[in-house]
Amino acid sequence: MKFSDQLEQRFTTMVTHYPTKRSVLVPMLLYIQDEIGAVTDEAIHEMAQRTELTELEVRNVISYYSMMRTHKIGKYNFQVCTNVSCLLRGADDLFEHCKKKLGVGHKQSTPDGLFHLEEVECIGACSWAPAMMLNYDFHENLTAQKIDALIDAVKKKEQQ
Amino acid sequence: MAYLVSHPDEVKVVSRRFGLGAANLDRYLELDGYKALQKALSMTPDAIVNEVKVSNLRGRGGAGFPTGMKWSFVPKQSAKPKYVLCNGDESEPGTCKDRLIFEHDPHSVIEGVMIAAIAVGAKTGYIYLRGEYRYLIEIMEKAVADAYARGIIGKNIFGSGVDLNVFVHSGAGAYEVGEESALMESLEGKRGVPRIRPPFPAVVGLWGGPTVINNAESLASVPHIILNGGEWFASLGTPRNGGTRLFCMSGELERPGVYELPMGYNLKKMIYDVAGGMVKGKNLKGVVPGGSSVQILTPDEIDVAMDFDAVLKVGSMLGSGGVIVLDDQMCIVKFALRVIKFYQHESCGWCIPCREGTDWLKKTLTRFHSGGGVAKDIDNLKYLAENMLGRTFCPLGDAAAMPIISYIQKYRKEFEDHLEGRACPFEKTAEPALA
Repeated sequence: MKFSDQLEQRFTTMVTHYPTKRSVLVPMLLYIQDEIGAVTDEAIHEMAQRTELTELEVRNVISYYSMMRTHKIGKYNFQVCTNVSCLLRGADDLFEHCKKKLGVGHKQSTPDGLFHLEEVECIGACSWAPAMMLNYDFHENLTAQKIDALIDAVKKKEQQ
Repeated sequence: MAYLVSHPDEVKVVSRRFGLGAANLDRYLELDGYKALQKALSMTPDAIVNEVKVSNLRGRGGAGFPTGMKWSFVPKQSAKPKYVLCNGDESEPGTCKDRLIFEHDPHSVIEGVMIAAIAVGAKTGYIYLRGEYRYLIEIMEKAVADAYARGIIGKNIFGSGVDLNVFVHSGAGAYEVGEESALMESLEGKRGVPRIRPPFPAVVGLWGGPTVINNAESLASVPHIILNGGEWFASLGTPRNGGTRLFCMSGELERPGVYELPMGYNLKKMIYDVAGGMVKGKNLKGVVPGGSSVQILTPDEIDVAMDFDAVLKVGSMLGSGGVIVLDDQMCIVKFALRVIKFYQHESCGWCIPCREGTDWLKKTLTRFHSGGGVAKDIDNLKYLAENMLGRTFCPLGDAAAMPIISYIQKYRKEFEDHLEGRACPFEKTAEPALA
């Protein structure tokens, strides 16, 4: 796999920050995933070579971290927090609302590849609960109306 | 982005630059930024450690270990390089304070890391943020780059002859990595499986070198301590509990938010005065005072000073500063189930009591909440949880077990109300009982 210029630059800089090469593994895998949608077999092979590890060792790391995935998912990832602070402010109902509205369940993507839905653990938005993340963006003091608006905005953006 | 709140009782130390644009380096410098670092460069390492000891600053991640004492454990001479590691893996449910520090005052964390490095003789500092906090990682990376460009980080800082490097590191979704030894494993590019202690990180840490690991809020407090003196910081709080703390108020409150209050501030006042009390139509059922891993307090137990020692005396812990307020419309069994679901998900599986314990607690509570509970389940749940205590490498096992035990002890009747196939009394529509 050939890295994009951005990834190449990040790798070259980051590898100088630590006494061992494998220290770049967790952040690099995440940045690769952000760019190509998943930590693919090619990405695992590439990172194993660059960090002088076996592919198995790299896979072993991937399976530990909940943000990493080896298969592509819908382009817009709705991550609804249902942990306690959000639960107290109605997160369960909001997650159900997302399921109905998107027509998919936990960790499922819509057939058009546009949406993905996930029930996630605490995202650190407790004082502004209920909350969710849409990819890396926080959305707080959430309501069903706000979720609908987010879904509509995505659809509109993709139609253009 | 998280919005800010304020209350007249607040004492702003760590949050004093919030909302003032201090992520910008020039603005930070205008607001006394990096003055503490320059002062620290003129002090001996022992004098810095002593100032932090005098301040009675205790770890803001949750354990409340005295920060100065932690620093003093680092050996003066070491064949291997020493490191400072800032723990910004904020993941304890109910906790959302470090986020505000990274967003509004990123340089204060960098400055704290650098002062800690000077105090223990480290040349490198790492700031580890949870992967979900991508926008904050970008803010931190920019802050670090700006400080390098200005010669504040790097070689010969402020002409002192001291070289210091600071780097930002991203996690990728793992609660357990917030535990210090798992954090080091993760930074080294491995699964975040905890290490056995001793040896403690202060002696054998990152890549085998002595390592100081502090929470972001602890480190952000350090520049204020160096600049204004340890005694001043200590005087803001209660005996052995120096300074202020960012309390994250969540639940059905009128004014939830993150408030900086003196250590020892009364919990009841925090809920009813600072956060405006419960929303209309709801009453207080209980309070989890320090993140989801601590024991619940009933309404008659909340007239307590919020410092590490006083909260311990009433049978809970000050923990991470996440004050989760339960209202009377929340079913305690459902709450327990959600808590254990989290710990079961986050258990790395390394220690059997945690891996199996969290899983069986979740299975039992799932059946129990849906109406399939039998009377002996209640004692079984408690017995199971009690047998996890103290039997794991890292505190995740205890963190999962302690709250569950407290829910059963204090709300046993509510557990009993779920028995004999009865549906949860709090559910709007009854769920069918499992056979």
